Amino acid sequence: MSRPELQAPPEIYYADAEAKKYTRNTRNQQIQADMTYRALELLNLPAHEPAYLLDIGCGSGLSGEILDEEGYIWAGVDISPSMLEVALEREVEGDLFLQDIGQGFGFRPGSFDGAISISVLQWLLNAETSHPTSSPRHRLNRFFTTLHSALRNPSRAVFQFYPSSDDQIQLITSIAQKAGFGGGIVVDYPNSKKAKKVFLCLFVGGGGAHQQVPKGLEGEEEDNSRARFEKRRERQRGKGKNGKRKSVKDRDWILRKKELYRKRGKEDVPRDSKYTGRKRRAVF
Amino acid sequence: MVRLITHNLLACHVKGCTSNNFPLQFRDVQIELREAEFNPDFLRGFMPKLEWKALVDASRQLGDTSLPPEVPEMLDDDFLKNLHHVLLEIHVEEGVMTCPNCRHEYPILNGIPNMLLAEHEIG
Ligand SMILES: C[S@@+](CC[C@H](N)C(=O)[O-])C[C@H]1O[C@@H](n2cnc3c(N)ncnc32)[C@H](O)[C@@H]1O
Ligand SMILES: [Zn+2]
Repeated sequence: MSRPELQAPPEIYYADAEAKKYTRNTRNQQIQADMTYRALELLNLPAHEPAYLLDIGCGSGLSGEILDEEGYIWAGVDISPSMLEVALEREVEGDLFLQDIGQGFGFRPGSFDGAISISVLQWLLNAETSHPTSSPRHRLNRFFTTLHSALRNPSRAVFQFYPSSDDQIQLITSIAQKAGFGGGIVVDYPNSKKAKKVFLCLFVGGGGAHQQVPKGLEGEEEDNSRARFEKRRERQRGKGKNGKRKSVKDRDWILRKKELYRKRGKEDVPRDSKYTGRKRRAVF
Repeated sequence: MVRLITHNLLACHVKGCTSNNFPLQFRDVQIELREAEFNPDFLRGFMPKLEWKALVDASRQLGDTSLPPEVPEMLDDDFLKNLHHVLLEIHVEEGVMTCPNCRHEYPILNGIPNMLLAEHEIG
């Protein structure tokens, strides 16, 4: 089977069935989570400062859930209505937008403290979208230019993606540079067929702490990296048996939400016509 | 799930629409209130990014009158709690956002704004 981005436009490829399958697959959940953690690491945000982030190509929220877990406030954009619908079902906290990143963003200058994008950028190089659009080069240019302005100075944007050639990497980095970004490519486990991961690590201004492009991870790959991220996750969440990623929406969380909804439902207060929803309950 | 925190950062991105393209105007909105965790540090840090007048106008339009017309000098807890509610707990679920300049309409369905542009609108 060829790569997904060669098969169909993203919103067609990620239609209902595939969106569900993609999201339910526990191995996939784990891979996306690990890459999200690594992207956050490369984002190098100041410690203990809350931040407002953009998740580019947020899909069904596998990456966004990690942002929730880490306490970030975020907005996500994706071109697939089916993926976004799954994200809604999974009750991620971020604001979601149906948007083609190749059309660029309208966010005001300096809106975000950082951006991540997990397994998305290759789509801009390949299949067109089903509605009329321009060339990949033009789309990339529009994307990076408007992203650059939407990011705060200094800040970073980190993209994990699947380039299929050095030419593609070259094309992407040169357009990003023209748009004003510094930075470059970080390759984790370059010598491992399975564990190799490519990150485009872009800086606005100094990009935070220091100008240098971070080093890729070396050595004995996959197990290694999993161990590393698993450990961290265990520390953070006190779970993560057998190296299997548990759903973020664990039982407690769901119970808490359910409780909340139940309470809201019960509160049978006359409604303000403007309010579709439940009346506010005392928040604090 | 358009919250005012995001609405306040969002301008129109239609080709050539570069001035007077903010804030997008709400119409026919339905909102839902959902509790969120109060984080005063986040709010303080976010203050410089806000277009205050746009935020106050939008919040009033959505029926919340708790914010003062001018940014207060003291960011005390009462103020921050109101700000928290306005920015993070009011969710626009349905409706339309219209660009004040080019009149492009961004429909909101199920809490998700459709930001897709037609071919002639792409910059
Ligand atoms: C492999 S999924 C990754 C989703 C999510 N980041 C994760 O880690 O699970 C790729 C996503 O990119 C989205 N995508 C592809 N092209 C896009 C475009 N032009 N604009 C916005 N999203 C796009 C797809 O709809 C899909 O949800
Ligand atoms: Zn406009």
